[in-house]
Amino acid sequence: MAQTINSASCEALIIGGSAGSLDVLLEIFPALKSDIRFPIILVVHRKPSNESLLTDLLKSRTSMDVGEANEKEFLTPGKVFIVPADYHMLIEEDRSISLDYSEKVNYSRPSIDVTFQSAAEVFKEKLVCILLSGSNSDGVEGLKCVNSFGGRAVIQNPGTAIMPYMPQQAVLNVKPHIILDSRDMAEYINKLND
Amino acid sequence: MIDNEQVEILLNDVLENHGYDFLEYSPASIKRRIIRLYGLDNFVSFAEFRYAVRTDKQYFKRFLEEITVNVTEMFRDPSFYKSLRNDVLPVLGTYPFIRIWVAGCSTGEEAYSLAIVLKELNLLHKALIYATDINPSVLEKAKKGIFPLTYLKQYSENYLQSGGLKDFSAYYTANYSLAKFDESLSNKMIFSTHNLVSDHSFNEFQLILCRNVLIYFDKGLQHKVFNLFDSSIEKLGYLALGSKESLEFWPKAREYKRVKMEKIWRKL
Repeated sequence: MAQTINSASCEALIIGGSAGSLDVLLEIFPALKSDIRFPIILVVHRKPSNESLLTDLLKSRTSMDVGEANEKEFLTPGKVFIVPADYHMLIEEDRSISLDYSEKVNYSRPSIDVTFQSAAEVFKEKLVCILLSGSNSDGVEGLKCVNSFGGRAVIQNPGTAIMPYMPQQAVLNVKPHIILDSRDMAEYINKLND
Repeated sequence: MIDNEQVEILLNDVLENHGYDFLEYSPASIKRRIIRLYGLDNFVSFAEFRYAVRTDKQYFKRFLEEITVNVTEMFRDPSFYKSLRNDVLPVLGTYPFIRIWVAGCSTGEEAYSLAIVLKELNLLHKALIYATDINPSVLEKAKKGIFPLTYLKQYSENYLQSGGLKDFSAYYTANYSLAKFDESLSNKMIFSTHNLVSDHSFNEFQLILCRNVLIYFDKGLQHKVFNLFDSSIEKLGYLALGSKESLEFWPKAREYKRVKMEKIWRKL
């Protein structure tokens, strides 16, 4: 069962990260193929005031289209959607984006759990979620949910994380599809395109 | 877990029994709110939850308060308030009387922020702020103008970043864990329930502020609400939205001109 699910094509990739994840993202993006055929969604904890910093940093390191997610926008292949600071992001059945300014989850807005859970239901076995470095446990419940819908839960090897707590919690509580060193992430993502 | 079909059943019940129409809310958001409340209140079955929502008036009050999002802040997005202070309100100051509608005001933080800016521009005496929400219980809180003291540090920082001129603490009295805002501010506010889905235009305004309300509506309902606002804004009046909301796809948007980089549009 697991094997057939794992070979499903990827229709969306979501990367969740907190403290220490920026370095990993900056390592991943320059190494990605330019013809990625699925949308990439980034849920990164950060201060609301640094709003465009992450977008600008990534734009300078990839030829992919990078932008902050707008509400009601459709997830289109090959585009990088950054969840705006201070909003949660949900995904609708029609694969459009809903933003939400409700209570923080795990002291975080955006919360990685919220987006993972919402996408799990929509993309089911065609979803891949990667949890990176961080110092709280946001994302763990989300990965469980991704698993329960047949999607793939990928966790950064805590040994390669600047802040190992978040991926560590995931490793302890979630059955991962794979655990990856940060330097192997880009290659893994490129292979999802095959 | 509650599935999409059960969400629809519940929302139809709410419309039929209580007259509130949530059927055009963004499905993923409203579903998440419903599942959250179901979990918070420890229901053991959907049937039990449905029965409570349908028949228990007291519980429905809670339902209404919890499935709508009531998270708000004073001087949220300081650059937005800076633009109101510098670009919008001085223009309205040339009118003999200023009518403002804060639609979906929740517990009132934006209405109080606006009143503070008006006061500092010496315009509050000739202004009236209509603050409305679907939800009677949040309006009760808004009327009191009492907010938890723990948030005031953040609000005070926002206020200063937005170009605030005074010591923010001059506007409230701290009492234990609460801050009560000056009644000279709330004296210029009229609080009333108003449902953007089903109620009509009730006045003409020079400024309508509706921030982070429309993100919970589907596109069709957003356009209906834009039409409602359009029929409630005077020529050359302003419409202000949340930092991620836009008039962009609304057919009449070309009759509005964006004010600088902020989510503020002026009716031409």
